[in-house]
Amino acid sequence: MRHCQLLAAVALAGSCFSAPAFAGETAGMVKTCKGIVGIERAGQRIVAAVGMLVMVADRVRTGADGSVGITLRDNTLLSAGPNSVFAVDKFAFDSTTNGGAISVGMKKGTLAVSTGKIAKEKPESVDFRTPTSVIGVRGTEFVIEAEATDEE
Amino acid sequence: MRNDRVVSRPLVALATLFLAACVNERVVLLPAPDGRPTAIVVRDARGEQVLDQPFAGVERRGSELKPHKSSAAEVEAMFGAALAAKPVRARSFVVYFDGGAEALTAESVAELARIKREIAERPASEVMVIGHTDSVGGQDANDKLSLKRAATVREILVAAGVPPQKIETAGRGEREPLVQSGDEVAEPKNRRVEISVR
Repeated sequence: MRHCQLLAAVALAGSCFSAPAFAGETAGMVKTCKGIVGIERAGQRIVAAVGMLVMVADRVRTGADGSVGITLRDNTLLSAGPNSVFAVDKFAFDSTTNGGAISVGMKKGTLAVSTGKIAKEKPESVDFRTPTSVIGVRGTEFVIEAEATDEE
Repeated sequence: MRNDRVVSRPLVALATLFLAACVNERVVLLPAPDGRPTAIVVRDARGEQVLDQPFAGVERRGSELKPHKSSAAEVEAMFGAALAAKPVRARSFVVYFDGGAEALTAESVAELARIKREIAERPASEVMVIGHTDSVGGQDANDKLSLKRAATVREILVAAGVPPQKIETAGRGEREPLVQSGDEVAEPKNRRVEISVR
């Protein structure tokens, strides 16, 4: 874990980081980060680092040696291996009722998932989409691998 | 034992690489951490498949989605990097108030030190302070009361040195009792505040 942070800090130090102008709904936060990890937000590319917020519609991209772990606000855990591209396309969470909705779009690569409070309260409102399939949740932990398609 | 692992690992990896050449999608259900029953449903244009056993999976070759029995070794070979990047699971602590007062019980005060340590040790930690009530009173009143309890605990955490920007509050009212009870039952164990550190 320490190692991760160090790598992320090095990556960040080498970039010119500025706060993005686009303010979407906050979906979660980067908790682990290794190698090159980028977040594409409103046309800008930001170098990801531990502690960075992840907004709805951000496209998260890992490099050939990269991996990233994100905890969503409802305690869902998402983590991707190298050469992966995914986005939290939809995230809404009501912390009073634990209701809400999550949709994660997986363009390519590998993704590990541990579902959180929304899936426990309303499993039918949580899904994960690959270019060809929709994965609905009735349990807690699984992994997905998807191959790149033309539209990445 | 150790030798066995060293020998078998590359074999598994090789086999999966060979297989992976024509597989363009793969989904594997993992065992639930608490050992409870778990399941996912994989849907595509052709229909749906339910995966309800640990390491049950599907593999797509072209338009065909076929069942595939995976294993811990295969998952490690293919998803090891993704799994290694998984953030630490959120951890919950529960504190109680003394009677109707706005002071924590002695035990809960002692718990504060552990909570502070957990918040300090996690990388980029965030805290959700969630109030709960028992079933005495209406839902609206209990929603407000639970939020008020959460706000009180937030103040206590801030006073103890936890950075305020890390803390979010929520009031779950009587929706999530620790001890199941009928309506209008006074239950001290349900009058609590949960501190979820993620």
